[in-house]
Amino acid sequence: MRTPLRPLARILQARQDGLNPDQIEKENLRLRHEAMREKARGRAQFRLLILCASFVMVFAAIGARMGLMAATEPMEPRASAPGAEIIAQRADITDRNGRVLATNMTTHALYAHPKVMVDPKGTAVKLAAIFPELDAKALERRFTDGRSFVWIRKVLSPEQMQLVHEIGDPGLLFGPREMRLYPNGTLAAHVLGGTSFGAEGVHSAEVIGTAGIEKALDVRLRDPAQGGKPLALSIDLSLQATIEEVLYAGMTMLNAKGAAAILMDARTGEILALASLPTFDPNDRPTPIVDKTAEPGDSPLFNRAVQGVYELGSTFKIFAAAQAMELGLVGPETMVDANAPMVWGKHKIKEFEGKNYGPLLSVSDVIAKSSNVGTAHIALMIGPLRQQAFLKALGFFDPTPVELVEAPGAKPLIPKKWPEIVTITTSYGHGMSASPMHLAAAYAAIANGGVMIKPTLLKREGATTGVRVMSEKTAMDAVAMLRRVVTEGTASLGEVPGYEVAGKTGTADKPKKSGGYYDDKVVNTFASVFPASNPQYVLIVTLDEPVDTTLSETRRTAGWTAVPVAAEIIRRVAPLMGLRPKLEPPAPDAVTAASN
Amino acid sequence: MRPVLYVLSFLALIALGFWAYRENYATQAALKEVEGLQRQIVGMREALSVQRAEWAYLNRPDRLRDLATANFDRLGLLPMEPSQFGAAAQVAYPQPALPDISFTTDIQGTITGADGLATEEGL
Repeated sequence: MRTPLRPLARILQARQDGLNPDQIEKENLRLRHEAMREKARGRAQFRLLILCASFVMVFAAIGARMGLMAATEPMEPRASAPGAEIIAQRADITDRNGRVLATNMTTHALYAHPKVMVDPKGTAVKLAAIFPELDAKALERRFTDGRSFVWIRKVLSPEQMQLVHEIGDPGLLFGPREMRLYPNGTLAAHVLGGTSFGAEGVHSAEVIGTAGIEKALDVRLRDPAQGGKPLALSIDLSLQATIEEVLYAGMTMLNAKGAAAILMDARTGEILALASLPTFDPNDRPTPIVDKTAEPGDSPLFNRAVQGVYELGSTFKIFAAAQAMELGLVGPETMVDANAPMVWGKHKIKEFEGKNYGPLLSVSDVIAKSSNVGTAHIALMIGPLRQQAFLKALGFFDPTPVELVEAPGAKPLIPKKWPEIVTITTSYGHGMSASPMHLAAAYAAIANGGVMIKPTLLKREGATTGVRVMSEKTAMDAVAMLRRVVTEGTASLGEVPGYEVAGKTGTADKPKKSGGYYDDKVVNTFASVFPASNPQYVLIVTLDEPVDTTLSETRRTAGWTAVPVAAEIIRRVAPLMGLRPKLEPPAPDAVTAASN
Repeated sequence: MRPVLYVLSFLALIALGFWAYRENYATQAALKEVEGLQRQIVGMREALSVQRAEWAYLNRPDRLRDLATANFDRLGLLPMEPSQFGAAAQVAYPQPALPDISFTTDIQGTITGADGLATEEGL
């Protein structure tokens, strides 16, 4: 109820008493204001309380939700439409035409809970009967020594799984497993490498790469963001199979210990086939040899094409010739001193079988006849510094950048000092070791017109760029020289009608561990480029300790071993690549048609 | 007027409740179906990958080579050779049907005395 500001009774009273009635009004006004203030404060307090309460509630809700999300098991969204992106498995590997090289398969692992086993002894015996590699006694001991969990096998075939089911013991349990499968068996084994299980759980296990491209590109293959998109290699399955077949036949026929071949597209640097023999099955990767005395090459796991760092012999001669032409020191027909034996300090440089091609020989003939002395003189014209710079530009000083885990480890062996005698020996491929892959990349630079490109095992889209290491003219002259090696030089068995093979042979003695060289152990290499008129492909064939005994004498030179194998490979492989044989121009006739 | 409004809103509440109840169950059924379908998709994907692996295994070059050798009598397959390339001109195309050209000229007359040099001057 509203109190009047000037209540009549009190006013009259005050007037009677002679007081100021305005005082009463002021007093009442003050009281009224106080009451209003009180009311407003109460309301404000109430609002603050509500605000506080709502803040507390909101924060409590958010906190509770966060706690709930943190505490619960993660779950896939049920309502979202699943696409290919939810497949959380290792990506497939395919060849350049999409044929599968490596894929995954679902299988099962076998484990046991011995505490709930009904008959540990009988189960152990029955398991040993199914899996011959298990020992019943050892298994029984593991089942009965009080542990509550035992792994028995990492992968099972469906038949084996059925047999284990038939044992019927409740203590035997299966866990799903993703298994890596290489359907082509040993094919391209050194490229693919292999996989094994990483962290293992009951419900799943990690598949990790152990060698080759599986390990080098492990992150890419396991990346869920790639959504299981297959990894396309530059390898062509048909070419790979053909090369492995021919190479194996050649290796057997020539009693070689091992062999390697690389087929590369000279323009793009794509490796179309990479073979190393002996090979292995990546599905069942053998264990590495731990014997200290064994050479690394004794293990089938050894990739000769990439890890095999050999002295590549005379195949290096073309680099000296090409560089001298590039520097303008010589032309293809310049005569150089080739008088053998050449004496340099206390060293004597001889030709093969003590021949003498001298006194003078054209640069083109130095390559065709594979003259050590001629090459040595060319190298001396170039000089050590420029020679090193050129070989470095060709990639001979660094490991190859190929996408294999073995590649970075295969560093070329380079002499520490580079006196002139090293310049001489390096020019014909001795004293310096590199892998066939290095050689393939360097020959590709000659074949594609002088551009050093990066060799790769991945399918390339579009054009590739590289560093120019020599002019197009020099490269063409070098290919012409290599062509002469086949038409009239040391690689005459390498001629394949229609494909104009050009190449250079190389025979190097194997170094002994104790120093010095073996007399009867060689590494033969044939580095070839075809077709010579428009070089597209580079093929390197290396044979380890081959012997040709088909004719009366024993031959160990590349011209008799690696060259025929390479020729057969080109004959088989070129049609598969759709390379049309070129009709050789007919020999100029004595009588030619004339017209005016 | 008011009681009518009360009754109407009460009825609306019941209807909404019924609708929500039905939607809830329909959603759960749909989710269950999606789950089932997803499981089916996973199973089919697995089967697909197994079949792809099997296809690759059956088409491995070693096996094809052995099969080609084993069935050589019937198929006569040999590795491809450079000599198998041919020119388009070597392909025996069927001869196109040509119009009959036995009588291409209409003889309108002969000039006597021209002795074998019969020309068609009449044209």
